[in-house]
Amino acid sequence: MRTVYLDNNATTQIDPAVLEAMMPFLTEFYGNPSSMHRFGGQVGKYLVEARERVAASIGARPEEILFTACGTESDNTAIWSALNSQQDKRHIITTRVEHPAVLNLVQHLEKRGYEATYLGVDSKGQLDLDELREAIRKDTALVSIMYANNETGVVFPMEEIAAIVKERGVQLHTDAVQVVGKLPIDVSRLPVDFLALSGHKLHAPKGIGALYVRKGTPFRPFMRGGHQERGRRAGTENAASIVALGKACELATVNMAEERTRVKALRDRLEAGLLAAVPDSIVNGDVENRLPNTSSIAFKYVEGEAILLLMDGHGICASSGSACTSGSLEPSHVLRAMGVPFTYAHGSIRFSLSRFNTDADVDLVLKEVPPIINRLREISPFREGLEPKGEKLACGCK
Amino acid sequence: MWEYTDKVREHFLNPRNVGEIENADAIGEVGSLACGDALKLYLKIDADDRIVDAKFQTFGCASAIASSSALTEMLKGKTIAEAEKITNKDIAEFLGGLPQQKMHCSVMGQEALEVAIKNWRGEAVDQHEHEGELVCKCFGVTDELILHTIRENNLTTVEEVTNFTKAGGGCGDCIPAIQVLLDQALGKVAACEVPEAKPKALTNVQRMQLVVKTLEEEIRPSLQKDGGDIELVDIDGHTVKVALRGMCTSCPSSQLTLKGFVETTLREYVEPEISVVEVNS
Repeated sequence: MRTVYLDNNATTQIDPAVLEAMMPFLTEFYGNPSSMHRFGGQVGKYLVEARERVAASIGARPEEILFTACGTESDNTAIWSALNSQQDKRHIITTRVEHPAVLNLVQHLEKRGYEATYLGVDSKGQLDLDELREAIRKDTALVSIMYANNETGVVFPMEEIAAIVKERGVQLHTDAVQVVGKLPIDVSRLPVDFLALSGHKLHAPKGIGALYVRKGTPFRPFMRGGHQERGRRAGTENAASIVALGKACELATVNMAEERTRVKALRDRLEAGLLAAVPDSIVNGDVENRLPNTSSIAFKYVEGEAILLLMDGHGICASSGSACTSGSLEPSHVLRAMGVPFTYAHGSIRFSLSRFNTDADVDLVLKEVPPIINRLREISPFREGLEPKGEKLACGCK
Repeated sequence: MWEYTDKVREHFLNPRNVGEIENADAIGEVGSLACGDALKLYLKIDADDRIVDAKFQTFGCASAIASSSALTEMLKGKTIAEAEKITNKDIAEFLGGLPQQKMHCSVMGQEALEVAIKNWRGEAVDQHEHEGELVCKCFGVTDELILHTIRENNLTTVEEVTNFTKAGGGCGDCIPAIQVLLDQALGKVAACEVPEAKPKALTNVQRMQLVVKTLEEEIRPSLQKDGGDIELVDIDGHTVKVALRGMCTSCPSSQLTLKGFVETTLREYVEPEISVVEVNS
């Protein structure tokens, strides 16, 4: 059975050119770049080249790039650094729709005595910038706001956010793992202090990430040990993956136009086709300000895990904002923060494409998914005209 | 991805007895859209109290659909007296087991059956409401259901209760109440009444060594990066006396540094009773 992979916001296929670039560092060039001998030391020049490529892809200087293990480590490093370099400031601002890499850390920090403000979002998943303005305090150490949401693809107005935050002299971190490679980023014009990215979201392998740290931003290491990364991130460099990330960033820059035209057109055809074929379905989030590859579609009266398993039977891979797939019991915190009704939230499916997707992939989804939804609705006690009178629950959960 | 048995997959992909029974003799409806799963069970019962037909409609995940299908298969041909003995464990066993986190689907089946039988007997059953006091507001779970499920399935932890009933799986505010119910069911003293074991106190030497180590490894490097420094002057019981040096001496927020950073760090790494005071030296 053919696999149609539409879960690229979870992870991506390694680009064959990326694999080719990294292979020598898993085979013959296995030396430690910190070694004194030439065999190890020669690896170092490839790390320099990779750093330049990553930096170039977001308009940064090479010395502003710090290699990490993943987006989560990048996010954690930025937040810990901001707090540890400003110990008299105890307040953090973030949003209710962040990735757990930020959300769970901020909640952990609250238990350690920090105060946090969680900005809400409207029904489109967008922030109220006045709420951000009002939330900034004298003791605010950091504003951490994602660049684009991983579930809905909604892009926040980062330039306006940065202008507001920097006017008040507060450090700004953005989790941009879903944006790098999909939309242009130029940190020479965008005044963020920290920007996190992750390799496996842009066709590099898992286990490599990077953090942009603006020159002049006070920095405190998250990982201590050796002198690697100029003492800012200890641990022997993951040379093969760093080279892979460099290549992936270079390719992402080259392929961004395709991402914003062909991939976007595929996404739009998939979305329009499903909405037309399946009554009572909606798109979650701001469709105007959205990543070109992402579509979160909510199918009323059905449950996400059941949809995913039936799609899996046809080789179609996607994700769900449903509770049952994640091990938690409530639907996605992002959809709930947007106020998506339970009738829709439980049946939300995220389709996320990449440049490796084709028209044939979309054709298969349009052929197989509508009957799947119809089939589940036939089993369901709820349908048009048989809706429950009010949505029991919601109960004041956080 | 959940590890489902072949039988769960089979009943999910090809559910038996889907639909409504017109003029059903009993209907049992539990769950809600908000909760993420709901089951409506229809029974046709003959004059000998035997279930001659059973059908269902389910909104929910694969295991909810499979559990509903399994339940209807188990019910057909049984008398009401026999059906009453069916538990959620029987439903799970019929399916070759369910993942622990999905056991609530089997409990939903048992609940629907209980409601249907009450409905058949003419006992009042308010739709979506169950007996007892509401414990989990997020998923509408009562103390009666929690206690019943704990006893029926020999549950011993809050996590298990959540897996079987969903209670506690939302905002988590009811978790302490679930713990009390667990303790009650297991015949234990409430957890809050059990005195916490105190960690063994440090000796003076141990405390001194830990304070010096933390100052050197965690505190001084951070202060030095900002052009400041700190010196340990004395340790008197839990009071650590220090002198700030360098930029720290003229820093307007030196008291914040002392309490917000130095004291907090020492309390974390050494002892929560530590108090830091600045002295001239």
